[in-house]
Amino acid sequence: MIDHTEHDHSELPAYPTSKHQAVAVLSHVKKTYHLDSIEVPVIKGVDILVRHARFTVLLGPSGSGKTTLLNMIGCIDKPDEGEIIVSNCKVGDLTDDELSDFRAKNIGFIFQNFNLLPVLSAYENIEYPLLLAGASAKKRGERVPRLLKAVGLADKAKNLPGQLSGGQRQRVAIARALARKPKLVIADEPTANLDSHTGAAILSLMRKMVDRYEISFIFSSHDPEVIKAADDTIFLKDGLISGIRRKAETAQ
Amino acid sequence: MMTLNLAVRNLLRNRRRSLATLVAMAIGSAAILLFGGFSGNINYEMHTRIVQRGGHLQIQHRDFYLYGSGNPTAYGIDDYAEILKAMRSDEVLNKIVLVATPTLQFGGIAGNYAASVSRTVVGNGYVAEDINSMRSWNDFGLRSSAVRSPLEGSAADSAVVGIGVARVLQLCDALKIDRCPKPEHEAKSDGKALPDDIAQLSLQESTAASGAVGSSGARRIEVLVVNSKGAPNVTSVDVVSAEDQGIKELDEISVIMHLAKIQQLVYGKSPPKVTSIILQLRHSNQIALAVERLTPILAKYSVRQPLALQDFRALNPFYVQTVQLFDTIFGFVFALIGAIVLFTVSNTMNTAVVERTVEIGTLRAIGLRRAGIRRLFVTEGALLGVCGAVLGVVLALAISAFVNGLNIPWVPPSTVEPVPLTILVAGEIKMIVGTTIGLICIAILSAWWPAYRAARLDVVDALRHV
Repeated sequence: MIDHTEHDHSELPAYPTSKHQAVAVLSHVKKTYHLDSIEVPVIKGVDILVRHARFTVLLGPSGSGKTTLLNMIGCIDKPDEGEIIVSNCKVGDLTDDELSDFRAKNIGFIFQNFNLLPVLSAYENIEYPLLLAGASAKKRGERVPRLLKAVGLADKAKNLPGQLSGGQRQRVAIARALARKPKLVIADEPTANLDSHTGAAILSLMRKMVDRYEISFIFSSHDPEVIKAADDTIFLKDGLISGIRRKAETAQ
Repeated sequence: MMTLNLAVRNLLRNRRRSLATLVAMAIGSAAILLFGGFSGNINYEMHTRIVQRGGHLQIQHRDFYLYGSGNPTAYGIDDYAEILKAMRSDEVLNKIVLVATPTLQFGGIAGNYAASVSRTVVGNGYVAEDINSMRSWNDFGLRSSAVRSPLEGSAADSAVVGIGVARVLQLCDALKIDRCPKPEHEAKSDGKALPDDIAQLSLQESTAASGAVGSSGARRIEVLVVNSKGAPNVTSVDVVSAEDQGIKELDEISVIMHLAKIQQLVYGKSPPKVTSIILQLRHSNQIALAVERLTPILAKYSVRQPLALQDFRALNPFYVQTVQLFDTIFGFVFALIGAIVLFTVSNTMNTAVVERTVEIGTLRAIGLRRAGIRRLFVTEGALLGVCGAVLGVVLALAISAFVNGLNIPWVPPSTVEPVPLTILVAGEIKMIVGTTIGLICIAILSAWWPAYRAARLDVVDALRHV
């Protein structure tokens, strides 16, 4: 059942439920870019709640602020005003190093251009976040093959990114994003550089990951297939939320 | 380990650029080492020759070094045999001193009265056997060895003079000296411009004179000195050989005689003295120890005469100046090449940062701290430094071995005989390690600024980079 509501600030804090706790909450967030002497307000005051273990899509035309919003939720950008809470942590209070550690632990990233480290094999790319976390060789040895298998690339472990197709690279990127069992995965147009067939497969894989690992996915997209698969869709226009569509929770 | 692994792979990723940087560093490193090896060898050659001639230390009258050249015999050391005995009875000195020999410096006039020529000379009386013992000193393992002195085994009235002395005293033919062109006034008197009959007479006279000089008897010269009582004393000596002294000024005044002979001439029946006691040690790094052991001995014998110890560096300021000159040039070369390395590595790392901006953004996004980014690029710079410097050492070893194998003759400063051109790189651990560490530090320094810039990149800007 689709619950299509207009955006209403006062409604948002009531959303978390016993099962679907909020993984990210943005309150009155504003962001302005300074291009030389020109000020470009990108996000003009946004309140968003990203639900736990949900597939959330940010939808809007170019320049509407989707990527900026994703960056702020992903803790790689900071708002000029407002507050962002991710995984029950006020990220605005964290230092740069603390933010790095926070991202490593709580947030996975999937990029439009895959952004795999070209000198590392598929296996090593997935292993890298675990190495950053200081995971033991035993733990890495268990986790990485499992992830490779989950994304259907068990036989490509030793391949460098340059030896993989676009779809395969994105699968590696998904596995890398999931390596440390994050609470939230940020994906900026993850299917934009893929053909429709591969895009659909990737989407299906991500959907499966949401369901299997109970991880929240939030991504921006123009892809109608992505929008169709989303649990929650947030519509953005000129830096403001123009609407939110959420699938109603299934009965417990 | 992860950083190192990633750094190695990143360097291998752009092999051509990494190789170009490595080659630049290797050539720079090799150039520094080769120059260091060359100047180091000159240092060793000079050091060895000076120690072979004058030992490491000399015991002298306190004022002899500054005032002795005017009247050496006025600064003679009494009881020198006692001092030598005291030194030999010291168990430490006994082990570290190879040669301890007395020498007497004198000034006078040497004349070849048969040829009606004379000149002022400064000479030394030595124990002939000790001269050759000292000349065999080769602590640095140089490929060349000093020529043995012909004074050893010669008659008591023998002498060795400088080539310049021999030339002036017209002993060239008798001593078979090649570099001895006749002076212009004699060359003109060969009679060619004269009428035939007079020219013939002149030629006969000349031939007769040169025949006389060429006979063995014509090697005798007279040496006139002022004895210890101020009276002139003269003796006739047989010049057995002429030796190039390496420095023209010295070559023109040098006369070397047996110590006993010159002591007899200067002191007559009075107790003989010497102007210096030369000490040659097994190794140059034993000077401090020798000084420590000698100080109380000298104190004991300084009651009647103030004695002082002079080391070979004080006695040979030219050596010190030459070493300093080469050290300065070495420092300049190092600084110049260091600057080239700095800019080369810095350029490579800057390019890498620009090329890998998105990658930096990705690493930061997935949780690598700024320090991690800095560490990654500095490690890459350090790796370039290590590989470039090591490659440079290998290159320098190969080139030096090749050059040394050619045996190109040349005459280094303070050396008389031509020696094979030698570039000492192998075995020069201090220089190799110093240069290698220096270049690695420069490479790290070069990478630091690009690494710092990379670490300061804004994550979002980096990810947006095209």
